[in-house]
Amino acid sequence: MELNERDKFTGHMTTGHEWNGIKELNSPVPRVVWLFLGVFATFGIIWTLLMPSWPGVSGYFRGLLGVDHRVAVEQTISEAAAEKAAWLDRIASEDFDAIGADGELMAVVRDTGKALFADNCAACHSAGGTGNAGYPSIAAAPMMWGEDPETIAETIRVGINSTHPETRYAQMLAFGRDGMLGRAEIDAVVAYVETLSDPAIAEAQPEPVATGERLFADNCAGCHGVDAKGMVETGAPDLTDPFWTYGGDRRSIRTSVYGGRQGVMPSWEARFSPAEIKLLALYVLDLREGRQ
Amino acid sequence: MIADLTRTERRWALTILSGLTATGLAMAIAGRSDPLGVHGWVILAAGLFGCIAVARRFDLPEPAAERLHHYYDGPTKAGIVLTLIWGVVGMAAGFWVAALLAFPEFTFDAAWASFGRLRPVHTSGVIFGFGGNALIATSFHVLQRTTRARLPDQLSPWFVLLGYNLFCVLAASGYLMGLTQSKEYAEPEWYADIWLVIVWVVYFAIYLRTLARRKEPHIYVANWYYMAFILVVAILHIVNNLAVPVSLGSAKSYSLFSGVQDAMTQWWYGHNAVAFFLTAGFLGMMYYYLPKRAGRPIFSYRLSIISFWGITFMYMWAGSHHLHYTALPHWVQTLGMAFSVVLLVPSWASAGNALMTLNGAWHKVRDDAVLRFMALAAIFYGLTTFEGSFMAIRAVNSLSHYTDWTIGHVHAGALGWAAMITFGSIYALTPWMWKRPRLYSAKLVEVHFWLALAGTVIYVFAMWNSGVIQGLMWRTYTENGTLAYSFIDSLVAMHPYYIARAVGGLLFLLGAIVAAYNVAMTILMPVSADDEIASDLPTQPVLAAGE
Repeated sequence: MELNERDKFTGHMTTGHEWNGIKELNSPVPRVVWLFLGVFATFGIIWTLLMPSWPGVSGYFRGLLGVDHRVAVEQTISEAAAEKAAWLDRIASEDFDAIGADGELMAVVRDTGKALFADNCAACHSAGGTGNAGYPSIAAAPMMWGEDPETIAETIRVGINSTHPETRYAQMLAFGRDGMLGRAEIDAVVAYVETLSDPAIAEAQPEPVATGERLFADNCAGCHGVDAKGMVETGAPDLTDPFWTYGGDRRSIRTSVYGGRQGVMPSWEARFSPAEIKLLALYVLDLREGRQ
Repeated sequence: MIADLTRTERRWALTILSGLTATGLAMAIAGRSDPLGVHGWVILAAGLFGCIAVARRFDLPEPAAERLHHYYDGPTKAGIVLTLIWGVVGMAAGFWVAALLAFPEFTFDAAWASFGRLRPVHTSGVIFGFGGNALIATSFHVLQRTTRARLPDQLSPWFVLLGYNLFCVLAASGYLMGLTQSKEYAEPEWYADIWLVIVWVVYFAIYLRTLARRKEPHIYVANWYYMAFILVVAILHIVNNLAVPVSLGSAKSYSLFSGVQDAMTQWWYGHNAVAFFLTAGFLGMMYYYLPKRAGRPIFSYRLSIISFWGITFMYMWAGSHHLHYTALPHWVQTLGMAFSVVLLVPSWASAGNALMTLNGAWHKVRDDAVLRFMALAAIFYGLTTFEGSFMAIRAVNSLSHYTDWTIGHVHAGALGWAAMITFGSIYALTPWMWKRPRLYSAKLVEVHFWLALAGTVIYVFAMWNSGVIQGLMWRTYTENGTLAYSFIDSLVAMHPYYIARAVGGLLFLLGAIVAAYNVAMTILMPVSADDEIASDLPTQPVLAAGE
């Protein structure tokens, strides 16, 4: 039943088997396949001889070249660190004024800070530092905890309302929800707060604004200051400028007064080296100068 | 379906389905405060539905003994339909996740529609739903035709096909509820995994029982590949899914492996899932339908042998190339890379064997879009295996790893190879199975071919570009030795490619919809008066089961 036949097209014999009409040619394996197999297998053998490869009972063959990827990684890291040390050490040791005055070093700060800021800070504060809903602008708005580089670096280090033991702590009370102010009183305070950044509103509704001013002095000025320009000691924002973390329209202000606010900025001490924190503080300041 | 079963088989079916119903009920009770309970109800509903269906037809007359003179193709037909349904569902999920990457707001704030839950619906939907059903359907067909033996009984093929689809439903619905083992391509939880083992063992037994009764002295190469697929997938599945459930009432389980051993086991599984599910299985398909459609003998029997053993032996070592530059010891990485590189030889030998088989039939490739699907699949198989070996080289991998290049590579294989050979085979198989003189529309096959090719090319080029740009941006340093780009910079650069990828995926999905329509219309065509037109009849009378 095994009838070999010659395939007319290729001239090769079939193997003599047939499966539902399918036959196979008994053609030899093309020489090029053996050639490739030889070349590739030789490569495989040579490569496994050069590199750490075959396992044994209590270890493995280390390879003729003595390469090890852990050693290679450590070496690459230390080389990179040595390369960066030229400027990183200066940032770590010199004070902010000296770094700021050094144009060359500030160029490094701008170059390096860009990716560092985008990878770590931009998710909340946005790529240009202009803030997002619920996250303040740090590029343009007055800073709630102070604007000198040391303070900014400290804020980055410990965070705000974070889990760090030395965290900065600030809470705006829930005046409405906790019953400290009634509905009409909240309306009056909100009306007054609105006039702080937009005096035109005061003329439209003089009476609630006057009540609001009194209520503001009694309830809000302790943190936000009598002039409502904010206080770095309490971390309360300036209410007279055009910048709003949670929105400056009546509804948003009302929500803030009613339910309070307690925004969180994480502590970055575990993630960044002190030099990187300094670098970011300088980058933020640089961002502010560029914007202002 | 049930009319095909003998009285004894109907009794067995009722027993199995009652057991399934009881298991579902037990799971629903034990897991009443857990997603496991939801799956208990799903299993209970499936079991109950089956029980009622069998009970209602229990007293139908037994199938005639004459059936034993024909191959048993009922499960294959059902498998083809399921393949196309899963294909459209899985590829639609793929289009959705592609759109999500470009426009993240498409989650609509729903947990079930988040990227992390939809992505495995796509991957499992196309690999297991579409690919798996295609493999089961075609393997039953090829097995019978090449052994000249009927499937050993009527019940076990249905158990395998329907049981497998129950697994697929449990997997996909589990992902939407947030159930996952967090192992890529092995996401389903422990109870679904156990069920798949039972199904799979029965599947392998069908193969062995049929082969044992074969009337052909030699086992055709397609069957070697199908058997390698079934056997190795069983081993991979069992080992990688070894896990301890939190309790019998909880869907959550913890892997038996931890740390780098877990990673290595997972990628030994992951890469061999590609090798034995997406490669060996589909090579089995290719070795039957391509020569059959081309009407040409296989180019070289000897080449089939060396590439089969080359592929089976070398793939097993290659998984560690997924873990280059990780905590995995260097020596394991070296072996993974070396074997992956040598693997190119048997892979290209297989692709070459397929393409050389077409010598003497290239005019058919030009005129017949069905055969062109298969020829293109062989070309993409060659391209993808070359790319795979290239990417397994450590230095290349340092650029490509974690980037979209990997996604492009896997889709060149999945769309260009696995899906193309599947569509070609289904187009060839459908008229044979339903005894139709031809497909409903050859023009629609042509439309599908160009949609599929355009979709694949757009997809793969988009991901190559995206991946290489991404990889380069991640490793570009400023002259001060710090990273030049932030992660978000690389995302902004990816955005146009992500849109292009979604467009490519959409074209491919449209092609699958055209295929589903064409096959459905073929099934609805009037039966050909002359059965003999179907070229797929046994050349000798088929001998009966147990004869």
